[in-house]
Amino acid sequence: MKSVFNGLACVLLGAAAWSGTAAFSPAQAVNDLPGGPAVNQLNLVPAVTKIAQDQAWLHWFMLIVCFVIFVAVFAVMFYSIWKHRKSVGYEPATFHESVTVEILWTLIPFLIVIVMGLMATRTVVAMKDTTSSDLTIKVTGMQWKWGYDYLKGEGEGIGFVSTIDTAQRQMSNNGGPKKGEQVDDYLLKVDNALVVPVGKKVRLITTANDVIHGLMVPALGIQQAAIPGFVRDTWFTAEKVGVYYGQCSQLCGKEHSYMPIQVKVLSAQDYTQWVAQERKKMAALADDPAKVWALDDMIKRGEKVYAANCVACHQANGKGGGAIKPLDGAAVVLDADKAKQIMVLLNGQNNQSMPSWKALSDTDIAAVISYTKNNWSNKTGQVVQPAEVLALRK
Amino acid sequence: MSAVLDHHGHAHDDHHHAPTGWQRWVFATNHKDIGTLYMIFSLTMLMIGGVLALLIRAELFQPGLQFVNPELFNQLTTMHGLIMVFGAIMPGFVGFANWMIPLQIGASDMAFARMNNFSFWLMIPAALMLAGSFFMPGGAPAAGWTLYAPLTLQMGPSMDAGIFALHILGASSIMGSINIIVTVLNMRAPGMTLMKMPMFAWTWLITAYLLIAVMPVLAGAITMTLTDRHFGTSFFNPAGGGDPVMYQHIFWFFGHPEVYIMILPAFGIISQVVPTFARKRLFGYASMVYATSSIAILSFIVWAHHMFTSGMPVTGQLFFMYATMLIAVPTAVKIFNWIATMWQGSMTFETPMLFAVGFIFVFTMGGFTGLILAMAPIDIQLHDTYYVVAHFHYVLVAGSLYAMFAGYYFWSPKWTGVMYDETRGKIHFWWSLIAFNVTFFPMHFLGLAGMPRRYADYPMQFADFNALASVGAFAFGLAQVYFIVFIVIPTMMGKGAKASQKPWEAAEGLEWEVPSPAPFHTFETPPKLNAAATKVIG
Repeated sequence: MKSVFNGLACVLLGAAAWSGTAAFSPAQAVNDLPGGPAVNQLNLVPAVTKIAQDQAWLHWFMLIVCFVIFVAVFAVMFYSIWKHRKSVGYEPATFHESVTVEILWTLIPFLIVIVMGLMATRTVVAMKDTTSSDLTIKVTGMQWKWGYDYLKGEGEGIGFVSTIDTAQRQMSNNGGPKKGEQVDDYLLKVDNALVVPVGKKVRLITTANDVIHGLMVPALGIQQAAIPGFVRDTWFTAEKVGVYYGQCSQLCGKEHSYMPIQVKVLSAQDYTQWVAQERKKMAALADDPAKVWALDDMIKRGEKVYAANCVACHQANGKGGGAIKPLDGAAVVLDADKAKQIMVLLNGQNNQSMPSWKALSDTDIAAVISYTKNNWSNKTGQVVQPAEVLALRK
Repeated sequence: MSAVLDHHGHAHDDHHHAPTGWQRWVFATNHKDIGTLYMIFSLTMLMIGGVLALLIRAELFQPGLQFVNPELFNQLTTMHGLIMVFGAIMPGFVGFANWMIPLQIGASDMAFARMNNFSFWLMIPAALMLAGSFFMPGGAPAAGWTLYAPLTLQMGPSMDAGIFALHILGASSIMGSINIIVTVLNMRAPGMTLMKMPMFAWTWLITAYLLIAVMPVLAGAITMTLTDRHFGTSFFNPAGGGDPVMYQHIFWFFGHPEVYIMILPAFGIISQVVPTFARKRLFGYASMVYATSSIAILSFIVWAHHMFTSGMPVTGQLFFMYATMLIAVPTAVKIFNWIATMWQGSMTFETPMLFAVGFIFVFTMGGFTGLILAMAPIDIQLHDTYYVVAHFHYVLVAGSLYAMFAGYYFWSPKWTGVMYDETRGKIHFWWSLIAFNVTFFPMHFLGLAGMPRRYADYPMQFADFNALASVGAFAFGLAQVYFIVFIVIPTMMGKGAKASQKPWEAAEGLEWEVPSPAPFHTFETPPKLNAAATKVIG
């Protein structure tokens, strides 16, 4: 009986080992992502700021010191295990204390940790020094996207929201990237990246609209929680032009895994150009909330808003799924009282499992409601105007 | 436990008045019965928490969502944490305390036998509420085991169930702690001075003080969450001017001592096992006691190292960084003492010793990653990544859980009266050790590369290490099923070679002065002890 059980254990171990090797044949090839993770990366992301370099250096320092101590201590233990065993006839000694030795091995670790602490102090002080920045950007965490507002410096007044690429969000729902799909920046691609100039000190002020989010960009050496009702800050000076990736690091609800951060570092010239472009775009996009739209124009615009914001949960067919309510045939969508649906979009519903979308413009909200009221089997013919949304905002 | 289960056995003539059948367990006041109940409870919760962990690892085996949606994923990570911490590890050690402390200090039972019963049976409704929250509208709590506000304010009704469950578990822990403190301080046999007490009793005495100090703090934090949710207060709700960072401070003021609550009794078990199999007295007994106390005291002034990225003044970061690093000193002293105990001993490697050596080796890795995380600039890179997940599983699984395995193999002959099967014990050890490292070692790399924790899906570059970790996790889970089916159940049923009163050649202590299995009542009259308080001399 016993040998049967033991044999079983060996078979199971073997099976585990086999499936372990089988796992290492991914269905699709993936390459390193410059500025983001490399395939099977073993250490920190290559640094592009002074702080990140310091962090990497400190990490190597700690790793080496700890490794040396580990090897030394366990060399003693394994030597003892090898030599001082009963099976080789070793007789036990009787000592059981030594004040000298005990004081010594309290003092030495104490000195080592003091050295470690001192090594890190300079970097801690540097990390926290957010004064005299060239550019100040407010970063707002929202369920589940990031808002960037340029407060001071070149580009002042620019503001936009950054959301994960919807195609990638869909890919995730469908079981991950399939063969042949572009996957190097899977779950890291956004619609509007944060753009900053190279070599300039950028101060990021973080806050949040709903719950705590975590702004993390490893290559820049920053991680700072974005806390609702509070303002915190951090800073970086990127030393290299490029694109750098990060993800939300603080659990913030169901789409926590899907709010990446993408930072584009441009040369001074390119950055000035980007600012000019962005200004033009903003002027063109500025909608007059008093404008009265025709139904068809509203539906066309609403379709885009839906694809960018709603499709991840409510699906392209408007049926939702699981806890997600359908829009197709929903009472609140078909209701003659347009205010009901407007309120849902402005304030969220069901404990924010339907989040608030008040960060969208009046025109966008009006458009997406008009779209849902006149799509799939919904044929209400109603059109919601931006003014109606504006009237219900508080 | 055969003697405990088998009522018609020998040596039971002295308790004909005790209830039998189910009443024996429901109305249990005997420390051994209650210890057994605690351990069965802990094993059950370990299995439930383990299944949740395997669901998480199954989802993370490949990129993309395959088995669970992100909402359920968050519920799984949250409940895995809560169940393992409050359901498996803490009650497991209380079970050891119940069984062993009276035996080790020569007491007839725990000081408050009925309160002991109450603190066990309180846990059942709490556990049902916690595990049952999956079936409530909106599913289980999904705010992470740290229950950070204001995410908790968005949760459904199960959050209230979770809070209530934690309140009850906290009350149970406080009662258990009072019981342990009073037992240790008042009921030691004559001659068993504090500085002659076995290390396990010592570490539990200190742990019990920690529990009494911090469980009310947790209760306060979650009560404020509850009133924020339902009674319109704004302790942590920023919409009403509340402070979510204050929640983190209060939580971690509980949370950091909590991690020592889960590791100090483990240190105690290891300090008993190592000298036994090295056939040599524990090196530096007094410095072990002082080191344990220093760790306990330091644990109150390091909490904000969990919050380096929440934003705090530079002096705050420096203080908490230095204070945290200091904990490495008493911890190192403990490791050195164990190795010095082994040095020039005459060692054998039965399963308890294997788990103890495994503990020292793997736990130290978790200790070093803790030191690395303590360094604020590095923590900015690693906070809330898989590196942290690797770190705390190295100290909680390879630390606390391994110590409990060591303790089980070491003391189960005393509990059950039979020896476990040595070959099976060794299979369990090697299988667990390898599977554990396959699971958690790659997580260091994932964290260094920047993979955040609590993610239902991840970039493709992380795929291989995640697949490897998932394979390891399933192997580790199977190893624990093996442990229960082929080791725990047979020994509980009394199958195996009969254990002698002192199955380990060099074991010292009063628990080895009573027969195996330990009779229902022991040390009914205070024993007379030898000078070292390790033997009964009539």
